[in-house]
Amino acid sequence: MDRLLPLIQNETLKIWKKKRFFVVLLVLLVLIPIFTYAQMKIAQTNNKNFKDWRNQLVQQINEYQNMLSSDRIPEEWKRQRRIAVQQLQYYLDHNVNPNSPNGVTFTRSFMSNAVTLFYPLLVLAVASDLVSGERSTGTIKMLLTRPVRRWKILFSKLVALIFYVSLTVVASAILCYLISGAVFGYGGWKMPVFTGFEINGSTVESTYVHAVPQWLFVLMEGGLIWVSSMTVAILALMVSVLVRSTAASIVTMMAAIIAGTILSSMSSSWESAKYIFAVNLQLTDYLAGSPPPIQGMTLSFSLIILAIWAAAGLFVSFRVFTKQDIMN
Amino acid sequence: MRMNTAADDVVLSVQDVKKRIGGKMIIKNVTFDVRQGEIFGFLGPNGSGKTTTIRMLVDLIKPTSGVIRICGHDVQRDPEQALSYIGCIVENPEVYSYMTGWENLEHFARMQRGIDEKRIAEVVEIVGMQQRIHDKVKTYSLGMRQRLGIAQALLGRPRLLILDEPTNGLDPKGIKELREFVRMLADQGMSLFISSHLLSEIQLMCDRVAIISHGEVLAVGTVDELVNQAGNYVLWQFNQPEAGKRLLAAENDIKLIGHDEHHIDESILAGMTDPIITTMNTERIAAMVEKAVHAGIGVLSVQQVAPTLEELFLQMTEGESIG
Repeated sequence: MDRLLPLIQNETLKIWKKKRFFVVLLVLLVLIPIFTYAQMKIAQTNNKNFKDWRNQLVQQINEYQNMLSSDRIPEEWKRQRRIAVQQLQYYLDHNVNPNSPNGVTFTRSFMSNAVTLFYPLLVLAVASDLVSGERSTGTIKMLLTRPVRRWKILFSKLVALIFYVSLTVVASAILCYLISGAVFGYGGWKMPVFTGFEINGSTVESTYVHAVPQWLFVLMEGGLIWVSSMTVAILALMVSVLVRSTAASIVTMMAAIIAGTILSSMSSSWESAKYIFAVNLQLTDYLAGSPPPIQGMTLSFSLIILAIWAAAGLFVSFRVFTKQDIMN
Repeated sequence: MRMNTAADDVVLSVQDVKKRIGGKMIIKNVTFDVRQGEIFGFLGPNGSGKTTTIRMLVDLIKPTSGVIRICGHDVQRDPEQALSYIGCIVENPEVYSYMTGWENLEHFARMQRGIDEKRIAEVVEIVGMQQRIHDKVKTYSLGMRQRLGIAQALLGRPRLLILDEPTNGLDPKGIKELREFVRMLADQGMSLFISSHLLSEIQLMCDRVAIISHGEVLAVGTVDELVNQAGNYVLWQFNQPEAGKRLLAAENDIKLIGHDEHHIDESILAGMTDPIITTMNTERIAAMVEKAVHAGIGVLSVQQVAPTLEELFLQMTEGESIG
């Protein structure tokens, strides 16, 4: 380990000096205020239309129910709406406003919306050129001709990557809270959020539903986002080992992730799509009780699938990196 | 101190190394030794397998068969030990352009035991970069990157320094400085392995040389041995070219070479009017000059010209096909 620490320090420093993490922060600093502004506009409209948040919820439920009676709505949508109606009703019955605007609520909804595309994108900014970047600049030749075994080099890159992925998740949550709190107030830590909805076909099982304070909910979200971001990061590391150019590496990963997002929104009847990693990234939905993209998927199923993909990614990365000939 | 046995004297030993890439034998047979304190040239035209061989020496490419040992440690089996004895620059000196020179050196120092800040300052001084070492590498010229690359290679006090085409992109002054630098390192007991496609460069810099062509080492020996084996050209210029030519042709042991049969670098011939190209025993030059003067033919110049690399190859491969 005493030999690994300096290597990890090297890799962490290189990512820092390349200013990759600054890019991540900059993107967050631009986007979060935009979303905060949009959220503020929505809150203003709602305040104008509804004196009481309960009325708003009731109207939303009515809207959904009208949709359900329409023939032109596809069955998939109806299933989602039915579930949403039951959940809203649950909040209404327990006299809890699921959308009360404050910094913590904003953070919660921002994070769960960002998990499929936004976080993977931020992760790719760091992960995609970890190895391919060294290859395209030729510095890999310097790196691999030093008296250090190759697995140690890749391992130190992996540790640095884990560090920056964690930092990204934490930084995004903190920035979200700080920026949106300036507008909505910094409260909402203890507000109850219901979790534990179990979805059986098109009905919601509320036996296990319980309220958790919102801070805990955000923490749980953060953990799940970390898991799905880490999976993306490891696969991106693998692609950057396999592909020589950084551009190709980013495009490959983006294509895979976007394809997964499209597949999940198609709620396809193609059931085996659920084994694709990108379809399983939206882990936070299980917490909030949204219906999964493909019927029969559960939190533990998704976690196992992601773990398998990550393990395979690590295996391929280390295998190829330690064996491959560096020709140019 | 260890016992200085004969085997100890060999810093790098390459035995029967072969490499197949995509079903094609790129390196067919490479065998040579580099001894302590010598400057070893690795000579071959572009595409002959020089760089592939160098990459195998430093564990960037795994040989299909054969053994490479550095100070007795097998590069394949024990890379951490073996690589700790060498410093290298493969092709261009690639360093991280977004860091300063000093930060680059710190980076590579962390990859090896026992290199402290003092050592970094030391190598910076050896390559004479104190002025600019804290600037970002992207502001460096090629020559400075080269120096930083060498500083990086020297960090771990290597016993063998491998430089791949080090004079590429350097101006004549830079090349001269490099030559002196290399000699200085060798005088301190370091071995150097230098690849090049220019015979003249190897002649000026190296003690011994291996010549590689089409993935095979054709010969290993001292530079003088190999050059003499190929034979020198002697160029003559007379004030009466025709008469001079007749005079030379009359001698049995002097061979006149036609203008499309030689392998002399065109740049040497460019400035000469009517040179007569011969191969002859150089000890006979003085006698021939005298003879010419007696015959009333003025000698404008006599010049010995070393054969080019192509010439050497031709001689060697011809010898091979005859033998």
